[in-house]
Amino acid sequence: MNTVILRTVAPPITALMLVFSVFVLLRGHNEPGGGFIGGLIAASALAIYGIAHGVAAVRLAIRFHPMAIAGFGLLLATLSGFVSIFAGVPFMTGLWIYPSLFGVEVPLATVISFDIGVYFVVVGAIAGIALTLEGREED
Amino acid sequence: MAAPTTAPIDLSAAYLMAPTALADWLVIAPIGLMILLGAVLMMVRHRLHLHGWIAIPGLAALVLLDGMLLWRVVHHGPFTMTAGRWLPPFGISFTADLFGALMAFVAAVVALAAGIYALRDIDASGRRYGFFPFLMLLMAGVTGAFLTGDIFNLYVWFEVLLISSFGLLILGSEREQVDGALKYAILNLLGTTLFLIAVGYLYAIFGTLNMADIARQAGDYHGTAPLMTLTALFVLAFAMKAAAFPVNFWLPASYHTPRIVVSALFGGLLTKVGVYALMRVMVMLFPLQREDLSLVIAVSAALSMVLGALGALAQSDLRRMAGFAVIAGIGNVMAGVAIGGPTGVSGAILYALHSIVTMTALYLLIGEAARVGGSWSLQTLGGIYRKAPWVAASAFVIFFATAGLPPFSGLWPKIVLLKAALDIGAWWLSASILFSAFILTLALGRVFLLAFWRPQPAGAAVTVTTGTVERSAPLVGLVAIIVFFGLFPELPVRLSQEAAIGLADPTAYIQSVFPTGGAE
Amino acid sequence: METVFSVLIGFFFAAAVYLMLSKHSVRILLGIAIFGNGVNLLLFTAGRLTREVPPIIPAGMDTLPATAANPLPQALILTAIVISFSFFAFLLVLTYRGYQELGTDNTDEMRFAEPKDEPLPPLGY
Repeated sequence: MNTVILRTVAPPITALMLVFSVFVLLRGHNEPGGGFIGGLIAASALAIYGIAHGVAAVRLAIRFHPMAIAGFGLLLATLSGFVSIFAGVPFMTGLWIYPSLFGVEVPLATVISFDIGVYFVVVGAIAGIALTLEGREED
Repeated sequence: MAAPTTAPIDLSAAYLMAPTALADWLVIAPIGLMILLGAVLMMVRHRLHLHGWIAIPGLAALVLLDGMLLWRVVHHGPFTMTAGRWLPPFGISFTADLFGALMAFVAAVVALAAGIYALRDIDASGRRYGFFPFLMLLMAGVTGAFLTGDIFNLYVWFEVLLISSFGLLILGSEREQVDGALKYAILNLLGTTLFLIAVGYLYAIFGTLNMADIARQAGDYHGTAPLMTLTALFVLAFAMKAAAFPVNFWLPASYHTPRIVVSALFGGLLTKVGVYALMRVMVMLFPLQREDLSLVIAVSAALSMVLGALGALAQSDLRRMAGFAVIAGIGNVMAGVAIGGPTGVSGAILYALHSIVTMTALYLLIGEAARVGGSWSLQTLGGIYRKAPWVAASAFVIFFATAGLPPFSGLWPKIVLLKAALDIGAWWLSASILFSAFILTLALGRVFLLAFWRPQPAGAAVTVTTGTVERSAPLVGLVAIIVFFGLFPELPVRLSQEAAIGLADPTAYIQSVFPTGGAE
Repeated sequence: METVFSVLIGFFFAAAVYLMLSKHSVRILLGIAIFGNGVNLLLFTAGRLTREVPPIIPAGMDTLPATAANPLPQALILTAIVISFSFFAFLLVLTYRGYQELGTDNTDEMRFAEPKDEPLPPLGY
């Protein structure tokens, strides 16, 4: 796909979609959204970038191998489940803290870190598959 | 959102209020450990020298954790942890009972042996492709399937181990592997999808997915729902996973294609997970329907063992022969499920445990034989006895155990099964157990004669690579287990009897999930 | 409503089985995709179909309103969709790979792992 229009538009669209995916990820906390759908959006952003600029450019841009990203997400999600071992409650129980940042109370939970983990798993796995499939076109 | 709500909410209607003992984490720790290590290994996939240092201690820790789990279950009975602090059946429960803990422990031992063997067997390209991360996730799936107390969660663990097994199967991407993997992937995916359909119907009928909850509802179910259809679907799905006749054809088509250590893991573990699920569902959840379906299961079992043994007789590729031996073993386990009763089920459990160890050992042995003899085929193999006497000695033990001859671990489960079959008057089932053992003895005896005993045929490739401790230690370890439990079978026999009783009468299991009678 | 859905699921299964009986791996793959979707519909129907509000706890309440839809089948379906999606992606790559490596998409000709002319074991030595 070597059209000038796509090549010009792809980077801003990718950036926008990545920002939007983070928004969806955080919004999912109390409203529709979440790590899974956010991860899908981010993976499609990378796929669009790959269509416009080639797979090598995407691999360069995300620095880590997609599978390593997925592994990191899996690690984060599993560790979030194990935090509750210190609170005397069963596996995967949501634990909350409410730190004050610059006067604003920010609720943080193991639920969020789990969801972020899911986000990375989905980004890594789907981007990995998409890049493999796109890469085949060029063979 | 605002900090803790000001209005007091009665959480005890939905939440477990008692604090969780640290020991209860034992049921989740093996699964969590494997997922964590899999994740870490995925992140360091390109630092090949780290893989072994992470994976082998991890698998040793898995053996330790599963051993502690087993010890706790033996001494204190089943115990449960429900994720997210929800009261069962709302949360996903993980319940360890004796059956699950036994299977998980033996699976961990076998995985450790295979992991050590893989240090030499899997080359750099296989590691770069991700053998060890896949191995960890496979073990997460296997252990999760053995320890979960929720039937949909069981489906999820099936998929976890399935997708890791796909990865392991096409390690290397040779032509045979792609061919075998296509058949394996499509048919196994169909099997799990059938399982999912059955889960959907189960939920439609009972409105719950917690196994303890289903067990207490199915016992005195008086509705009009077609439980028979449901259980028949379960039997078909799990028979497909377990490779029982007539849905066994994917196994000999694919199990000989990957690296031998992968075949060893698959032959030891994957079919046993299918058998485990069959027993969990048919013996514990639907005992009445099992009785009605027992003839179907028995016919399938008899045909699996006889045709598996005959298939083994017809193969000259050792790996394919081992695939048929796996099917024959599955037939024996299914026979135990068909017979039912404490004796039959305990025979099935004992055979499954024996089969996990022996089938893995058989594939590893074939790997060693091929390394010494330079071929997989009976046409060209020969002279292994002279070149590597210790391989021949292990072969002797493993072949005897596979065929069920004394004095090794294969004898006892067959005796229990035979007695159980004769007790209910199923003479044809006991005859097929004996016939299958006889044919397997012929097939394996011929392998010993041709590959080990006869002199090396002229013109055959003579490429003897030196043995290493990483290769021989796992094989010797597994052989030691086979010999030990052949000579001293009291402990496994007793444990499998207790496990069978716990499976047939799941009061303690239900008690551990619903200590106070549960929600509602 | 359940009856209509049951018939629809039946059509899905029929189409899936028809496609899976084909000899060509791509059609088998399409059959599996349809099969998976049929199962998802089945799970959805198994949780009873109701024209009711989404299962979200409104502000100021602690529990779901009694008219809310059953959220569990939706969770099950989401899980099943994710799994079947990843499997489909894997199978797609594998089938493509199979076509490249084996040079055929006809399952009858895929005999590389099980060669037809494999000799029987020797009868003696």
